[in-house]
Amino acid sequence: MDLISRIALFLILLSTGGFIVYIIKQSESVFRYSYWVLFSGFIVHTIFFVHQYFSLGVMPVVNLKLSLSFFAWCITGIYLLFQMRFRLMVLGSFVAPLAAFFMILSSTVSGSVEPVPPVLKSIWLIIHVFTIFLGDGMFAIAFVAAVMYLIQERQIKNKTRGNFFQRLPSLETLDSIGYHSLIYGFPLLTLGMITGAIYAQHALGSYWRWDPKEVWSLITWLAYAILLHERLAVGWRGRRAAYISILCFTVLIFTFLGSSIWLNSYHSFSGFGEVGKLP
Amino acid sequence: MISIVNIGLNHESAPVELRECLAGDKMSPQEVLSKMRETDLLIESVFISTCNRIEALCTTEDSFGAEKLIVALMSQSSGVAEDEIRSHMYTHKDMDAVKHIFRVASSLDSMVVGEPQILGQVKEAYRLAATREKTAGVIINRLMHKTFQVAKRIRTETGISETAVSISYAAVELAKKIFYGLEGKAALLVGAGEMAELAAKHLVNQGVSDLVVANRSFERAVELSGHIGGKAVLFDELESQLINADIVISSTAATNYIITAEMIKKISRKRKNRPLFLIDIAVPRDIEPRINKLDNVFLYDIDDLKEVVDENSSQRKQEAIVAERIIEEEVLKFGNWLKTLDVVPAIVLLKQKIEAIRASEIKRSISALGKLTPEQIKGIETLTVSMAEKIINDPIIALKNIGDRPSRDSFLDITKKLFNLDQDKK
Repeated sequence: MDLISRIALFLILLSTGGFIVYIIKQSESVFRYSYWVLFSGFIVHTIFFVHQYFSLGVMPVVNLKLSLSFFAWCITGIYLLFQMRFRLMVLGSFVAPLAAFFMILSSTVSGSVEPVPPVLKSIWLIIHVFTIFLGDGMFAIAFVAAVMYLIQERQIKNKTRGNFFQRLPSLETLDSIGYHSLIYGFPLLTLGMITGAIYAQHALGSYWRWDPKEVWSLITWLAYAILLHERLAVGWRGRRAAYISILCFTVLIFTFLGSSIWLNSYHSFSGFGEVGKLP
Repeated sequence: MISIVNIGLNHESAPVELRECLAGDKMSPQEVLSKMRETDLLIESVFISTCNRIEALCTTEDSFGAEKLIVALMSQSSGVAEDEIRSHMYTHKDMDAVKHIFRVASSLDSMVVGEPQILGQVKEAYRLAATREKTAGVIINRLMHKTFQVAKRIRTETGISETAVSISYAAVELAKKIFYGLEGKAALLVGAGEMAELAAKHLVNQGVSDLVVANRSFERAVELSGHIGGKAVLFDELESQLINADIVISSTAATNYIITAEMIKKISRKRKNRPLFLIDIAVPRDIEPRINKLDNVFLYDIDDLKEVVDENSSQRKQEAIVAERIIEEEVLKFGNWLKTLDVVPAIVLLKQKIEAIRASEIKRSISALGKLTPEQIKGIETLTVSMAEKIINDPIIALKNIGDRPSRDSFLDITKKLFNLDQDKK
């Protein structure tokens, strides 16, 4: 099984390299190759997770290694969806490295899979994990679009029109990607938190336990709620929305990694054993 | 020795801030020209003042004095210190000056090579000199007429005027990096100059559907909007029109900011922060530069656009090479004409001398001839005049023919010595 994940990693790294060559050379055939390599990487990655799911019997995010890998899978998947929708080739040059980054991170941490407590076998948990991760993937795209927006905006404002000027898409396009990622990502995140609460009630007997990860998730959720509100009601756009989007994603990453690693939480992977001990 | 002198500042030699000041309204071009006429230093003069250049074209016998005088005049008319002007100006003499004015009128020296406005502006400047202030003489008249011919020739023989769309092209390229696409976007033209019209047409070609023209003269706004298929509005409606606009092209002759940062800030909420792309092709500028710092607002002025234009100019360079060749050719031709002009004083002196001799000889001999009838006197006059003319006719023709030959100077010398022309002058 390790081999399959290695193949996925290899394909994603290969496509990342291709996407970087694409942004430099601006050759469409390079893009096509990279795209298909990424696509096959995604398929292999999917096979990996399907296999993991059936062998573990639960959503294969039981340790940090698998979680990071799953996050990378979500990012890749959502990018492929966006590519179909927006046909924005250059987006790949920014998203693929991000996906590759999480894949590499995943490959460096050790991931022993302990026997899975039966309490984790729940339909609510599946929905919880899927929605949360897809939402996070959306936000990752929003983050990438925000970074691209800021680069392009700076070039237009400073009238420098450097190497990226021709290569990056229009500001309106990037802003619109940020916006769409947000309006799809936010309901997913919300749904993820609700199903998480339902699962907690189901498995642990209470909807909300003020667990650090829960608190940080709430903070993340609030941050995105503010951004969404400002975008929809106040009409924030462009630079300000991009900055906030980057800030929100930083909080998200902290929630995802930080609270899993440093905070003592039953969400943290070492804490799963304790979950099992809970009634 | 008369020389042609051209002194000026253009978009290359001076920054926009300085050009703005020079284009100030302390003194109209006509007033400057009338001051030029008052001085003995300048024989003939034309004064050109446009968005992107201020220049004086003169003939003078003292080119250093003329330069000093013109700088002083420019300083007076604009309030800019002489040193400041001096450090940004260029001076062309004689054939270089001829070449320069050819290049200017043909729009080779323009910020946007091939733009159509400049020829009209040079014509207007000449009209002022020729008919109003009467500061144009033999050389300037000939030079300017030749200039217009050259400009026309370049326009028809090269593709350079087609590239005038380049500024609009640049603007469109930029717009495409701000907006997802230009379809359905709204453009607002503030002022109704030719460049603005050109840019607007280009935007319409790219799918801009909603076009509004705001101009001080409503009549002109209606006229222009008729041309390009837009809607004319009153100038006072500017602020409310800005709410709808996505792209603004400003090109008025106003001396102060027409669109201020405050104005944009005020309406940004009503615009729901939609991106706004402002293009300021006016000098002095119409749009407060600070606007570029606002979120979702992007301002490019004519200097910024020029840099964009420079980036995609390789094809235009080919056309420019052809145009430059035409200029060289025409400069040579004009130089030859100028040289024939040098023999004119000698011819005039020769004619004067022979006439003086004839007149004084008649005066001396007429009394010795006794009583003569008026018919007889007339007969003698006719006889002597035709004799004198016949005698110098061949030398004059010879002189005119050597006008553009290298041996011209020695011919002139010999003529002067043979007829003792220099002596007479004293």
